[in-house]
Amino acid sequence: MAIVAPPSKYGKVGRPVLAWAVGLLFFFPIFWMILTSFKTDADAVKPEFLFVFKPTLENYLNMTENYDYWRFAKNSVITAVAATLFTLFIGIPCAYAMAFNPSRATKDVLMWMLSTKMLPAAAVLYPMTFLTKSLGLFDTHFLVILVLSLINLPIVVWMLFTYFKEIPKDIIEAGQMDGVNTWGEFKEILVPLAWGGIVSTALLCFIFCWNEAYWTVRLTTTDAATLSKLIEGNRAPEGLFFGRLSAVSAAAVGPIIILGWFCQKQLVQGLTFGAVK
Amino acid sequence: MGRIVLDKVSKKFGDVEVIPPLDLTIEDGEFAVFVGPSGCGKSTLLRLIAGLEEVTSGDVIIDEEVATQVPPSKRGLAMVFQSYALYPHMSVRKNIAFPLRMAKVDAAEQERRIDAAAKALNLTDYLDRRPGQLSGGQRQRVAIGRAIVRDPSAFLFDEPLSNLDAALRVGMRLEISEMHERLQTTMIYVTHDQIEAMTMADKIVVLQAGVIEQVGSPLELYNTPCNRFVAGFIGSPTMNFLEGDEAAKLGAHSIGVRPEHVAISTTDGAWKATVGVAEHLGSDTFLYVHPTDGGEAMTVRVDGEFSARHGDTVYLTPKAEKIHRFDAVGLRIT
Repeated sequence: MAIVAPPSKYGKVGRPVLAWAVGLLFFFPIFWMILTSFKTDADAVKPEFLFVFKPTLENYLNMTENYDYWRFAKNSVITAVAATLFTLFIGIPCAYAMAFNPSRATKDVLMWMLSTKMLPAAAVLYPMTFLTKSLGLFDTHFLVILVLSLINLPIVVWMLFTYFKEIPKDIIEAGQMDGVNTWGEFKEILVPLAWGGIVSTALLCFIFCWNEAYWTVRLTTTDAATLSKLIEGNRAPEGLFFGRLSAVSAAAVGPIIILGWFCQKQLVQGLTFGAVK
Repeated sequence: MGRIVLDKVSKKFGDVEVIPPLDLTIEDGEFAVFVGPSGCGKSTLLRLIAGLEEVTSGDVIIDEEVATQVPPSKRGLAMVFQSYALYPHMSVRKNIAFPLRMAKVDAAEQERRIDAAAKALNLTDYLDRRPGQLSGGQRQRVAIGRAIVRDPSAFLFDEPLSNLDAALRVGMRLEISEMHERLQTTMIYVTHDQIEAMTMADKIVVLQAGVIEQVGSPLELYNTPCNRFVAGFIGSPTMNFLEGDEAAKLGAHSIGVRPEHVAISTTDGAWKATVGVAEHLGSDTFLYVHPTDGGEAMTVRVDGEFSARHGDTVYLTPKAEKIHRFDAVGLRIT
């Protein structure tokens, strides 16, 4: 007789309860933000109107009419999409080379790439600002795309490397025996086989680009400013207008939440580095 | 054409030399089997021929042309992998068509060749399935199909049957042999299973630690192994080796006698022994016996009718002309 651990009574009930508790905990700030975005600035700070209030669209109208929301949104879309595509364009061949033709230095290179993520961004803020200004790149789409690509490249290469490693080397070699060249290997074998991984990597990269604030706020003013800059811009000197700020924030994170909702499965796979298969 | 010559080919991984320089010629149309224990370098040698590994020194010559620097895709060889290495995202039809598509063969010709291969390999009903929906044996057939449609100058097989169950293995072994008879194309087959080597090969190459121990036809290797390693590796059950007085009597350091070359009797013979285990296979019985003088345990192959049980006393007599003699370093004494 096989010995099997009996199902725990606590586990059966406890786990869903815990999962729900954690889920609600994470969701609460977003819920509160959305709720606040429908309140007037005056109501937003009054505790008696916490859940019961007269909803208004004033903040959203104000945002689109006076703050040029669509321009920021357009910049966010352009920079996040372009940066994601560019990162993949560099990252896929890079991860491919490291996964299928590793050298003795491959592991060190991977670690080195990751180590760049450990550098505090503030440490290079001044050189970056001066450099971009003197090169005439400050507040351009090109700069934002470049910066977003570079800061996400390490994690993208790591993720793709992990996915590519899961593809049996035999299949790549069978392709070589069957007469494919390097491009064919890419197009016919690697990309179709790692498609799920590439998509989830792209999604995560897009989300990181969209949410990036440190650099987009500091290296742009108007022309290339993204939604992060719009949120930051609503810190008015006369105080915080929570209703307005919440509406801007909700409109900034809204698209990404909706995207994330539709791509949940891919995202989980991406975050667990291919463990779910 | 598919004549393959290895000219002083060697391979090092870092500082480790897995294959010291070796020479080998495989004639056009020959069925050559590389056999040896795991880690002996037989797969590496095959991969050097395929071009999947770079040679450290020496040349690989295919059809009189030096192919050492030619990428695998341009060598005109087809390979069947142990893991089948089918493209999981393509149907069977697309898998088989893949090398043709890469070679830009026109669509009508592709269809013709796929149909012919599918018919020959009993895959016609499975052409629209994905590899994941097939059994191991069917997958192996697809892998072979993908190799034959290209009409390569030689086929390379890297332990293609080791993932199959025993019954299927025997069937596929026959199919590959028949395919060789039909196509008359050079085949190089890597295996650790000496039965596969004996049954399929025109020429067996026995390897140990990257060194070719002996090259010859199956019966040459069986009848005149050049050293103790080959003698022990070829033949099943393995050869019995005796050292000491029995060997010294024949002027050798050790002697070897195959289980089927020992006559058995219940009344008299050269060596007295006790039966340890009797394995009844029906046609034959393998007796594992312990000589009463305390010598090494031996295996004896007797007729299936012979009845023996644990603890029985038997007398063994080796056939004098079938005794192999070896010197102190294990080389054959002729």
